[in-house]
Amino acid sequence: MSGYLMSVAVFVGIWVTLALSLNILTGYAGQVSLGHAAFFGIGAYTSAVLAVRYGQPFGVDFLAAILVTGLAGTVLGLPSLRVRHDFLVLATMGVNFVVVAVFKYVDFFGGAMGLVNIPAPEFFGTTFRGGVPYLLLVWGYVVVVWLVSWYISKTWVGLAFHTIRLDEDAAAAVGVSSARFKIYAFGISAALAGGAGSLYAHFIGSVFPDTFVFVESIAILSMIVFGGVGTLRGPIIGAIILKAAPELLRFVQDYRFTIYGALLVLMMLFQPMGLIGEGSWLWRNLTALFRRPAASQQPQQEVAQ
Amino acid sequence: MNKLRVERVSKMFGGLQALKNVSLETGGEILGLIGPNGAGKTTLFNVISGFLPPTEGAVYYNGHSLHRFRPHQIVRLGIARTFQIVKPFGDLSVLDNVLTGCGMPVYPSWRAFFRRYHTPLTEKAADEILELTDLSAWRDVPASSLPIGLQRRLEIARALATRPDLLLLDEPAAGLTSHEAEALAQLVRRLHQQGKSIIVIEHNMAFAMGLCERIVVLAQGEIIAVGPPEEIQNNEQVINVYLGRSK
Ligand SMILES: Nc1ncnc2c1ncn2[C@@H]1O[C@H](COP(=O)(O)OP(=O)(O)OP(=O)(O)O)[C@@H](O)[C@H]1O
Ligand SMILES: [Mg+2]
Repeated sequence: MSGYLMSVAVFVGIWVTLALSLNILTGYAGQVSLGHAAFFGIGAYTSAVLAVRYGQPFGVDFLAAILVTGLAGTVLGLPSLRVRHDFLVLATMGVNFVVVAVFKYVDFFGGAMGLVNIPAPEFFGTTFRGGVPYLLLVWGYVVVVWLVSWYISKTWVGLAFHTIRLDEDAAAAVGVSSARFKIYAFGISAALAGGAGSLYAHFIGSVFPDTFVFVESIAILSMIVFGGVGTLRGPIIGAIILKAAPELLRFVQDYRFTIYGALLVLMMLFQPMGLIGEGSWLWRNLTALFRRPAASQQPQQEVAQ
Repeated sequence: MNKLRVERVSKMFGGLQALKNVSLETGGEILGLIGPNGAGKTTLFNVISGFLPPTEGAVYYNGHSLHRFRPHQIVRLGIARTFQIVKPFGDLSVLDNVLTGCGMPVYPSWRAFFRRYHTPLTEKAADEILELTDLSAWRDVPASSLPIGLQRRLEIARALATRPDLLLLDEPAAGLTSHEAEALAQLVRRLHQQGKSIIVIEHNMAFAMGLCERIVVLAQGEIIAVGPPEEIQNNEQVINVYLGRSK
């Protein structure tokens, strides 16, 4: 694999984890956020600050990024408890603008010039940036985030997320505190995005406020909407396609935010379940293709009785 | 045991008084709550279950004020409810809908992160409730695919899964065939025999009369009569206000 393809694969991996982490908040718990890039940024800056200003090794930066961002997500999620749906979208947007402004105007964070010379990760005396080891590191994190997502979907927390997404009153009637579980969702989602931020910072070697702006949040949201909100496969496919395409097709690069926005609107209008979400056109046909005819008849009869 | 006391509860919606100085006490019985459209029946349930704060007055359960308790906390005290406009979790299976109620004790604890909700043990508990409510045949279909009558029953099943002592049923028989309504009445009687207290809102007079030991009549937010069914049936004021109005 060429160095260029390798770095595309690293970026795609990082954005897959961003999509999967937003999916926990938006797909599982139903809280639509347009501020996910802020958490990506908090993770990246936490890592960068620890590495550049305090000389901490990668392992410390990475874990701190997860912890600090998780905490930030929990705190910044608090105001969202007071608002529902459309206002939540505005509130999360606001958070994104504020966070970017802090990166930009606080000298400690390097201002508009960002933080540079973030050292490459070092394990057992060897440093690596780029190349197969970093690729494995990033995709190893993809596996971890996927496992966390999968595991949550099987636990009571996952079921509770599902109930607040569908109907907060009905959720309350079975004993689910929507405030508690929204905060959980914000915290977990942000923490995982923080890890992605750390991997990004150490890969690029520098961080700038403009990377984490509001349009990037739209991009991440359109990835999960494109692939299929709430599923474990949709966000992965969505992120791979929407991140890889602009990197590989130069002419798409210039228009990528326009394309993300347009896709978001088109998908919501015509395929709200996403490309391969539950019940989407493509997924129905794919599963019908692979399912034995006998098996597909059974549930139909049961519904009919 | 499971004694509910509603004390001088009033509820205003802007200028509209939905409940006026409502007081009642119940426990250990099947209590019917009847009244014409807009009488305030659902509002009373909303106040009891914590979905709406009363403008005045208070609700006590086993001697404790429910003031400032949130709905999810009131369920934990043992008061479960259904909704007049059913709110099943549509894309979850019937079994999973019941499981959401089974999770009630786990949600506030850290265990919720580390326990799966599908285990032989949890499924057994949910299956028992499906058995009791006669829903086992639909166990694995999505709740949204059920006809309304079954969705109402599922809503009761989900409420039962929280193991309540007091069950608030908001028009459970609405839209049921007489055959289904009879099955429902039997279920309610069985739950009562198991020691649960029940309040049923009902539009169908005959249904309420056959099921309830005592009936409270609300009209325009006020209690106008309380008593056993025979007495209510012959109460002048009830006939005028309630039966007269609902033609
Ligand atoms: N959330 C609310 N906001 C404003 N007004 C309300 C609200 N809930 C109920 N009301 C009004 O309060 C009055 C009582 O409503 P409620 O739903 O309690 O009646 P009900 O006895 O349950 O009637 P029905 O038999 O039609 O279900 C009605 O006039 C209704 O329009
Ligand atoms: Mg009502």
